[in-house]
Amino acid sequence: MELMDKLTILADAAKYDAACTSSGLDRTSRPGGLGSTIMAGCCHSFSADGRCVTLLKVLMTNRCVYDCQYCVNRRSNDVPRAAFTPRELCELTIGFYRRNYIEGLFLSSAVWGSPDRTTELMTETLRLLRREYNFWGYIHAKAIPGADPLLTHRLGLFADRLSVNIELPSEQSLKLLAPDKGKQSILAPMGQIRDGIRTSRQELALYKHAPRFAPAGQSTQMIVGATPESDLHILRLTESLYQKYQLKRVFYSAYMPVSDSKLLPARRDFKPPLLREHRLYQADWLLRYYKFEARELLDEQNPNFNPLVDPKCSWALNHLERFPVEVNTADYETLLRVPGIGVRSAQRILSARRCGALDFSGLRKLGVVLKRAQYFLTCSGRMVEGLRVREDGIIRHLVAQERPMLAQEAPEQLCLFENTG
Amino acid sequence: MPWSQVAYSYDGTFNGFLTCVYESYVNKERPACFSAPGDVQLSLYPERAVETDAAHARRVLVSLPKKLSADGLHLVTHGFLTCLPEKEKHLYDFIALGYEQGPSVVRSLTDDRVAVLVKAATHLKGEVHLLRGFIRFSEQEGVLIAEIEPKNRVLPILRSHFCARYSGERFLIYDRTHKEALFYQPSPKQWAIVPLEEFHPAAPGQEERDYRALWRRFYDTIAIEGRYNPKCRMTHMPKRYWHLMTEFNGDVPADVGPDGPARSQKELST
Repeated sequence: MELMDKLTILADAAKYDAACTSSGLDRTSRPGGLGSTIMAGCCHSFSADGRCVTLLKVLMTNRCVYDCQYCVNRRSNDVPRAAFTPRELCELTIGFYRRNYIEGLFLSSAVWGSPDRTTELMTETLRLLRREYNFWGYIHAKAIPGADPLLTHRLGLFADRLSVNIELPSEQSLKLLAPDKGKQSILAPMGQIRDGIRTSRQELALYKHAPRFAPAGQSTQMIVGATPESDLHILRLTESLYQKYQLKRVFYSAYMPVSDSKLLPARRDFKPPLLREHRLYQADWLLRYYKFEARELLDEQNPNFNPLVDPKCSWALNHLERFPVEVNTADYETLLRVPGIGVRSAQRILSARRCGALDFSGLRKLGVVLKRAQYFLTCSGRMVEGLRVREDGIIRHLVAQERPMLAQEAPEQLCLFENTG
Repeated sequence: MPWSQVAYSYDGTFNGFLTCVYESYVNKERPACFSAPGDVQLSLYPERAVETDAAHARRVLVSLPKKLSADGLHLVTHGFLTCLPEKEKHLYDFIALGYEQGPSVVRSLTDDRVAVLVKAATHLKGEVHLLRGFIRFSEQEGVLIAEIEPKNRVLPILRSHFCARYSGERFLIYDRTHKEALFYQPSPKQWAIVPLEEFHPAAPGQEERDYRALWRRFYDTIAIEGRYNPKCRMTHMPKRYWHLMTEFNGDVPADVGPDGPARSQKELST
C-alpha cells in the first residue's frame, strides 16, 4: 500500500481524538540531535474546523479487536484498514518535523491482536525515533488499556506525555457501549502513570540522569453527548481526575455520529453538541486557572450549563452580593472571579496599581476589556459613568454580548428573556 | 534653560539609536524626530546627523538595566524591533521617563508613553509566537529554506528558537519585508543575520514535492467535516500568513498574491 493511502486512512481514523497539544515541557536538543520542545507548546496550523494542528496525529494501525459502539474503528465497521511500520512512521515524522510542519508525533492505536502487542509496536517506533533518529521533539503516546504495566512503563520512558482515554463519563455508559473495556482497565493505567511520574520526579531530584518518565504529564479525553450524563456529573468527574490523578488536561470531544447503533443518538439530523463542549472547556479553565470548584459552578438544581452566558458570568449573576469589586483594593483571587477579567488582566491590574490609583480609562489602556467587566467593577468607589442597570438588565446585556461569539449555533433557550422581563 | 529641539538622522542600527540618546543628554537636545536611511520624512527642526559610536552606545546600554530595571531594558530592545511608527521617538520618551522615574517605569502601564511600547512589544511577541509554528521550510540540497513576511523584525528573536531546534541542520530564513536573512550552520556552529536585497529559491525537487503532498493530504484529512468552522480557523491563523504555508499552496510558484490561497484550495477540492 502507498504511504499516501496509509497516511490518509490512519490520520482519518485518529482525527476524533481531541487532544492535540505540545505543552508542558521545555527541552533543548541533545548534541547532534534534532528538535526541541517549549513549555507553552506551539501550534503549527489550524484545520478547517478551527482546531489546532501541532502534532502528526495518526494511529499505528486501525485494525481493532474491540467493538466499541461509539468508535469509528470498531471491528464491525466496514472501513479500509492499514498499519504503519515503525520505520515508515519515523521517516514521515522526521520529514515533517524538519520542514516545521509539526511539533512532534501523537501516536495512538487501535488494538491489533492484543494490547501487549500493540504497545510493543508503538514502543518500538518511539525507540527508533529517539535512539536511532536522535529525535527530541514532542511525543504524545496513548497508553493502551489492558497492556502489561511493564510495557506501558517502557512506552512512557520514550514519550513526553501519556494519555489514557476515559472515553465515556460513567461506568454504566462504558458497560453499555464499550463492553470490552471496563472502568478498572482504564483507571488502572492512569494510576500507574501517575505513580510512575511521581517516582521519576523523585529520582530526578537525586540523580540528574535518571530516566524521565512522561515528563510532560498525562491527560485524558471523554466523549460528550453520546450518553445521558449531565454537565455536573462530567465536571465532578473532571475535578476528581485533576485531584486524584494529577492530570495536566482533560479533553472533551463532542460526539460525532459515526455509527448506526441503536444504543447511540440517531445519525440523521444529529448535531454535535459543540456549544456544550465549549462550555465544558470554559468551566475546565475555571477549575485549573481561576480557583473555582465544580460545586460552585453547578449543583443538583442546575445540573447543566446555561447556553446563553459563560459559566463565570453565570456564577457572578448568581452571586451579585459579592459585586461590585473595587479594582484598587481587591486581591488577585477576587479579581479573577470578575467576568471579563482573565489571568493576564488581573496580573496587569496588580502591577499597574502599585504606581497609582486606577480609573476606567487606565484599565482600558492596560488592555482590560470592559464590555462585561464594567457591570462588576468600581474604580475608587465609582462605577462607569452613566451606567445604570438593574439585575435583569445585566443579564440581558451579557447575553446580547455573548451571542455574536456563538455564531455557530442558535441558542436553544430563548425563554430566559420572558422569565426575566 | 529649555533643551533645544532637533531632528536626528542616524544609521538605523540599535547602536546608532543609543548613540542618539547619548548625544541628546550630552548636548542638552530634545530630539523631536528621528530618521534612518530610507525614511522619506521632512522635518521643520534643525537636522543633525549622528555618527554611531560604539563606546557611547555602550554607556547608554549599561545604564538601562541600572536605571530602568532588566524589564525596562527588555522593553527597549524589543521595542526597537517592532513596526511601531516613529518607534525611536517613543523609545526615547520611554527612556527619558525611566531616567526620571526609575525602575517602576515598567509598571506605569497607564502612562501613554509606556502603554504604547508595551502594546507594540506584545504585538511583536504575538507575531513571533505564531511564526514559530507557521514558518515552512523546504529542503534544497541539504539546506532548509524558509521565507516569511512579518510586520515586525522577528528574526533576532526567532533565531534562538530555530538554532536550538535545528542545531544539526544548515538553514536559512529570509525576511521579505525587511530584506534580511538569517543563516545558520552547525559545524563550526555559526549564525548571522545579514541584509539581502533579493532571494529566489530554486524549484523543489521530487522528495520535497512528495513531502508537501503528504502534508497537504494530512492537513485536509485531519479536519472533521461536521465541525467546519472557518471563522475560528481565521481567528487563530490570520490569512496574511497563508500564502507562504505549504498546506494552502499547490505546487505553484510561492509568490501567489493575497487571494492565492483561496483559489488553490478550491482547486484542491475539485
